[in-house]
Amino acid sequence: MKIHEYQAKELLRRHGMPVQRGKVASTPEEARAIAQDLQAQEVVLKAQVHAGGRGKAGGIRLVHTLEEAETTARQMLGMRLMTPQTGANGKIVRRLLVAEAAKIARELYVGIVLERANNRLVMMASTEGGVEIEKTAAVSPEKIIKEPIDRVLGLQPYQARRLAYALGFSGDRHREATAFLLNLYTAFMQNDCSLAEINPLVVTPEGGVLVLDAKINLDDHALFRHRDLAELRDFSEEDPLEVEASQHHLNYIKLDGSVGCMVNGAGLAMATMDIIKLAGAEPANFLDVGGGASAETVEKGFRIILADATVKAILVNIFGGIVRCDRIARGIIEASKSIRIAVPVVVRLAGTNSAEATSLLAESGLDLLVARDLREAAEKVVAALDRKK
Amino acid sequence: MSILIDESTRAIVQGITGGEGSFHARQMMEYGTQIVAGVTPGRGGKRFDDRVPIYDTVAEAVRDQRANASVIFVPAAFAADAILEAVDANLALVVCITEGIPIRDMLMVYEALHRSTTRLVGPNCPGIISPGRAKLGIMPGSIHKPGVVGVVSRSGTLTYEAVNQLTELGIGQSTGIGIGGDAIIGTSFTDALQLFERDPDTRAVVLIGEIGGTAEEEAAAFIRTQMHKPVVAFIAGRTAPVGRRMGHAGAIIDGGKGTAEEKIAALKAAGAVIAESPADIGQNVKSVLGL
Repeated sequence: MKIHEYQAKELLRRHGMPVQRGKVASTPEEARAIAQDLQAQEVVLKAQVHAGGRGKAGGIRLVHTLEEAETTARQMLGMRLMTPQTGANGKIVRRLLVAEAAKIARELYVGIVLERANNRLVMMASTEGGVEIEKTAAVSPEKIIKEPIDRVLGLQPYQARRLAYALGFSGDRHREATAFLLNLYTAFMQNDCSLAEINPLVVTPEGGVLVLDAKINLDDHALFRHRDLAELRDFSEEDPLEVEASQHHLNYIKLDGSVGCMVNGAGLAMATMDIIKLAGAEPANFLDVGGGASAETVEKGFRIILADATVKAILVNIFGGIVRCDRIARGIIEASKSIRIAVPVVVRLAGTNSAEATSLLAESGLDLLVARDLREAAEKVVAALDRKK
Repeated sequence: MSILIDESTRAIVQGITGGEGSFHARQMMEYGTQIVAGVTPGRGGKRFDDRVPIYDTVAEAVRDQRANASVIFVPAAFAADAILEAVDANLALVVCITEGIPIRDMLMVYEALHRSTTRLVGPNCPGIISPGRAKLGIMPGSIHKPGVVGVVSRSGTLTYEAVNQLTELGIGQSTGIGIGGDAIIGTSFTDALQLFERDPDTRAVVLIGEIGGTAEEEAAAFIRTQMHKPVVAFIAGRTAPVGRRMGHAGAIIDGGKGTAEEKIAALKAAGAVIAESPADIGQNVKSVLGL
């Protein structure tokens, strides 16, 4: 689960970490009031969206007076911010973080990620702060320093010191940096994060450290033990259809093509998208109806797929194992009674009780195209799409 | 022959009294698997379906029933603890079906595995089947057929699709292993390939990967340097968008890394036969076997 910068900073602040002073505003008046409270020479307004690359896109603005804070906030709130990470539609700015502009001597990068190849966490640091770590990794990988974290011992002080020295902290200054890195690790573990990036971590002219931007992802599967963190989910950042699907325990991701698909199992769902593309069309979505697919989930699945106006044909691909195909077939028949399905539907049911399912569909009188296998299903759905053009 | 499990495997089911656990315990027994005990804390001394003894702890079940394997259907919040209990009881093989175990828990589990002789398959997987002999998992037994092709996959239903294609072409399987869709799993592609390479009755292997992580690239390195048997590979997710988690926790292209193209290129360079379409897996195996 992604959270906003202001939420990530609040989380870090609770762990005693030095964070840029500021508060979140959702109206221009609030932005002004916060700017006033900050009593700062310069104030920065930062659009709170779940995407990076905000600065260049106009999502981070510097202001010098309270009037300017209010008028700039008015311009920014409600704007559609487009960054390389938002996708072509951009993201609507609903909140601003109003913060004291920091004095910057140096910008650093610090992060904790799961290193999948070695099944462990690793702390990464770089003196190249303020740029994407992927860019540094591509251009000058030698500038990224890594400390693998022992699964049981956790990040040790000597490791944090080693990183602090490598980041250029010397003399007594290494203490503050070391404590910061150890705190970041503690915050990561205690909150079941799946990613934490402080970019940039600023070194002030006085030599102290300050979190200027923070990106934290939380492990969805651990939210059951963090009720407070679960509440940080911002539904307005997600596609409304994806939110609706998740409420029905369906795993739906909207894509840009015209062939909607409904599949059981994530791997088969991806493979179905791939074969649609191979057959010459583009998938409109990823939809995994899961292992417990029933008549009800099939109906919900249809509703969600059809709510996307770009869908011109649907492919249902179910491999019955535990899920019985006759139940899916009944689901399709039920769904077609309550929803107007105005696009061609190709159905491929294989595995447990597929023969019964096929005869149920044949007897239903529904206008469905039945396919025997995956290839035929993809070819039929693309042919149906072409006929409609 | 087969790898990991056969008719002599004596398995327990952790979570045998739950909905999933009880349903699949019956299915596994029907398939011929020896399910020698169940474990549900608080239900010790009772029997499952009037026949399988239930124990409070894994240690007791293993001691009394000489079990050497476990299959876990415990809810995600308690699953890591269930795996650790099985590791503590020195079981040779633990299969964890449960989906949704937190990463932090799996880091601990991985460490415990590292210090033990237990092999974990999963979590978030369909399990293992040696057709005609035994199954520890949730895959439909009916689509399988005994034979010479090993199958290893990060997916569930996509594996059934591939196995079904094989069986319909008359090609049987030695063992099918679902290694799981999570970021941290007990048995990797490379581990499974190693076992299949050593198994005298496996003649070819089907590897079904997907976007996310580097497990396929590591498998490619093994195929290139140490594998003599032919490998047919399919990688799902060529149409998956960057940065989105495609159902499985581990299926995500992160920072531009973990794409299907990279994996396909690595496997191709290592000499694996790439099934371009998921509909071609069976046919590709048929040709590498010279059938």
